[in-house]
Amino acid sequence: MTDLAIETAGLVKMFGPMRAVDGVDLKIPVGGVYAVLGPNGAGKTTTIRMLATLLVPDGGTATVLGHDVVREAAQVRARVAMTGQFASLDEDLTGLENLLLLSRLYGYPRRAAQERAHQLLTALDLDDAANKQVKAYSGGMRRRIDIAGSIVVRPDLMFLDEPTTGLDPRSRNQVWEIVRALVGAGTTILLTTQYLEEADQLADRIAVIDHGRVIAEGTSGQLKASVGTGAVKVRVADPADRDEVARLLGESLATEPVLESDPASVSLRVTNPAAVAGALHRVGEHGLVISEYSLGQPSLDEVFLALTGKATEPEVPV
Amino acid sequence: MSSTTTLMTEAPDVPAAPTSDTPAKPFPLIRHSLILAGRSITKIRRTPEQLIDVTVQPIIFTVLFVYLFGGAISGSQHAYLQFVLPALMVQTVLFATLAIGVNLNTDMGKGVFDRFRSLPIPRSAPLVGAVLGDVVRFVTSIAVLLGFGYAIGFRVETNALQALAACLLVLFFAFSLTWVSVFLGTTVRNSGTVQGIGFLVMFPLTFGSSMFVPVNTMPGWLQAWVKVNPITHLTEACRGLMVGGAITEPVLWSLGWSVAIMAVFAPLAVRMYRSRT
Repeated sequence: MTDLAIETAGLVKMFGPMRAVDGVDLKIPVGGVYAVLGPNGAGKTTTIRMLATLLVPDGGTATVLGHDVVREAAQVRARVAMTGQFASLDEDLTGLENLLLLSRLYGYPRRAAQERAHQLLTALDLDDAANKQVKAYSGGMRRRIDIAGSIVVRPDLMFLDEPTTGLDPRSRNQVWEIVRALVGAGTTILLTTQYLEEADQLADRIAVIDHGRVIAEGTSGQLKASVGTGAVKVRVADPADRDEVARLLGESLATEPVLESDPASVSLRVTNPAAVAGALHRVGEHGLVISEYSLGQPSLDEVFLALTGKATEPEVPV
Repeated sequence: MSSTTTLMTEAPDVPAAPTSDTPAKPFPLIRHSLILAGRSITKIRRTPEQLIDVTVQPIIFTVLFVYLFGGAISGSQHAYLQFVLPALMVQTVLFATLAIGVNLNTDMGKGVFDRFRSLPIPRSAPLVGAVLGDVVRFVTSIAVLLGFGYAIGFRVETNALQALAACLLVLFFAFSLTWVSVFLGTTVRNSGTVQGIGFLVMFPLTFGSSMFVPVNTMPGWLQAWVKVNPITHLTEACRGLMVGGAITEPVLWSLGWSVAIMAVFAPLAVRMYRSRT
């Protein structure tokens, strides 16, 4: 055994002439949550499908829990669970029937399978939907039943492909709770996401992936620090004042102000945090009213923008 | 959510489930395939309309052939019913084998097949399970056809045991043809094409046989084809077993064809299925 849950070197997958995954190197430790972050089409799903033995790599190597994903695919499958991006259960069957089927396939005898299925339905708050066909489930219920299917036998490693894409905020929080509980029970989780907030909230380490390559890797703090020391964000009481406030702050801090999409907000990169108090004071002296301000690390959004040169997908409306 | 959290952390401790570390139960392919065949049957219960091709269709064909063509072909509807019902049994089951190719083709693109393929079960188990589940549909179609045939006057002229043997022979042949359907389903890009090719192959096989009219009414070139057509052998075998006539030779031919078709297409189908992602 090694201390790494996943190790890949130069992983490549071609789809025709396109290099969907173009030399990915990952070292993912056992325990906790590891997020692969990237926009649509970056190669996230292809990468985890190779790690879950659903796709055979065209180049490079990958070991999962010490087993080669090609030569020892069966050993890998015995210890991991994959929750795909789209309904990974039979939509024509009910939630209960799906869990019974999976429990039986995992080797539970009939009675134990019944017990296990009901246990999982209760644990994931799906008792009421047990006898409904999965195709009638809401998005959040669907994700939960998908996850239930993955923990019939608690896996050592679980792949979650975009677990909260398209979910409302409440369902998203439920999924996050479940992920944290699973990690608490000792499962290592590799999730892909296009939401920076999700990676920030859940992941111990993050790999940013774009065009099939890992373009940055580290903790969320490290990634933020790699971009700059921090930023000050100011919101004015009257949007009409914004331009003037931006100009004043820009002068005092000697940086270019960035006008946010919120018509009352402006943000500036800060190299010397000590200068911020003086700059804000100067705004006040000009009789302009600031309703909110914050000084902190750059958001992962800014990190992503700096790394890829483009903005991320819009976040789930909160 | 706090209750959920507690339950979640507790849940993984409950019944220690077999993993790769515990000794594996014997015959994993058969065991897992049977469990997955159960899935097909549950699905039929949920969506009974899946059974239309094996329930309503055979009745329509029987009515069509017996009452529309029967008088013209055999002089009497009853005589033709005795002649054509064993053949209709063959035809219904043959057409029913197309469904699995179409279904697999649609299913393979869905997430549930990824789920099956990421489970620690033999990779071909979902496929074998679907094939076994289909046997239920075939049995249904035979039962419907025989039941309806009996209601309108068909009678077995041999004995129950031989009639049963005819049914089993048709089932066995259909089981082997299922692999052709699966092969098509896993090879062809979309399900419409599966259906199209299936019908294209099925029509000369069924109509270009001794199913519906006596062979001696056909021109020589057609007779040549009909005589080598495996469906002719199967039809003749069923007639022999149900209403009398030659038995041994057509039965042996039918069994031979079944085994040959399966020997070629089952491995091909499994290989295609395993390589499809």
